[in-house]
Amino acid sequence: MSEEKKTIAKEKLFSAKNKRLLSDPIGKSNPITVQVLGVCSVLAVTVQLKASLVLAIAVVAVMGLGNVIISLLRHGIPPRIRIIVQLTVVASLVILVDQVLEAFVYDVSRQLSVFVGLIITNCIIMGRLEAFALNNKVWPSFLDGIGNAAGYGSILLLVAAVRELFGSGSLMGYQIVPNAFYEFGYVDNGLMILPPMALITVGIMIWVHRSRDKELVDVS
Amino acid sequence: MTNRYVFMYASVMVVVVALVLSLAATLLKPLQEKNMRIEKMQNILSTIGITANRTEAIDLYEQYVKESKVLNNSGEQVDGDAFEINLQDENRKPADERQLPLYIADVDGRIFYIVPLRGTGLWGPIWGYLSFNEDLSTIAGANFDHASETPGLGAEIADAPFQEQFLGKKIFDNSGEFKPVVVVKGGAQPNDNHAVDGISGGTITSNGVTAMLRNGLEVYKPYFKNQKSI
Repeated sequence: MSEEKKTIAKEKLFSAKNKRLLSDPIGKSNPITVQVLGVCSVLAVTVQLKASLVLAIAVVAVMGLGNVIISLLRHGIPPRIRIIVQLTVVASLVILVDQVLEAFVYDVSRQLSVFVGLIITNCIIMGRLEAFALNNKVWPSFLDGIGNAAGYGSILLLVAAVRELFGSGSLMGYQIVPNAFYEFGYVDNGLMILPPMALITVGIMIWVHRSRDKELVDVS
Repeated sequence: MTNRYVFMYASVMVVVVALVLSLAATLLKPLQEKNMRIEKMQNILSTIGITANRTEAIDLYEQYVKESKVLNNSGEQVDGDAFEINLQDENRKPADERQLPLYIADVDGRIFYIVPLRGTGLWGPIWGYLSFNEDLSTIAGANFDHASETPGLGAEIADAPFQEQFLGKKIFDNSGEFKPVVVVKGGAQPNDNHAVDGISGGTITSNGVTAMLRNGLEVYKPYFKNQKSI
């Protein structure tokens, strides 16, 4: 016990290793553009920035808390039912988030409809619980959860910004494209509102990401 | 780890989770119910051409919706609070026991009669509100919503282009016979006062709307006829 305390004291809260836990998933091990996980919700909710922002925050909350809870329980969880335990933790967190959204941001909760519930099936979350939180201490697990959720959320917001700007001429519901443009014949691109354009936007992001970071290019 | 431990672990976990979730649900319920009431007011207001945001909805509702009644199957007024009636429960009852809510709104001297409707789409419930002009036949506004229809297909019933089709349609024909609006697959005839275009790829939802209009309005027939003859 005393030895464990010493190592905790020795390792700073934001040591280089811990910082990497936070920054890696946003960059070179991004769950969406590199691991291509959790794409379903990216395609579905990114028509508007506001809904994407709420979903991103919800995923950050579920992942951060989920990782912490699983990490706290990691010595007690019977290995034979660990997936069930993880699922229960994630499912109850998602239900909590859903209830809170319904109580405080009702419009957005109606707009997100089933996608809040579908956070449960987001493979990033179960993946991080199984791969990281089960074997790591609480603080690194928390950072890993927040980091991965932020990596997911950042792509969600980027795609949503592109789609809302070109599809509806607005951001967060505020008109960005000036009326003068419309008078000259500029038309919002209706295709941007449809799911295929989300796929294409994500595709372009993966392309850009890979061409800038050669490490990611699969040589085989 | 023994089986005993696994079972104990699972049971304790389930009890803890159940406690946490039911506590959260109970605590947040008043807020959620308030949100639903506001949404209902917004929907009712939208059928009489008034767009209200969440903060204005309660005031505007009190300003415009002058009266609400509960009717029975023969068109007589009975006791009760129309706003609190749960249509889902009412639709399960036999026709002569149902309580039918009716809202009467007055927008700058123009009277509207607003009827709530509830039916089933493809995946789950659909519901809506129709407002009628004083002749109690011409539709002045429509608002539909759904729980889980397919986005891009059946879910289009909640969008303006579908709902605007209903404006000016009639539910009684020239001889005064009840003839509700139907949603027609493949498109309605241009001059048909009792039909609107269906949604491509959303036929079951469209049929659900047709059925909801027929079943939901038929029960108001006695009241509407009484009012018209006065």
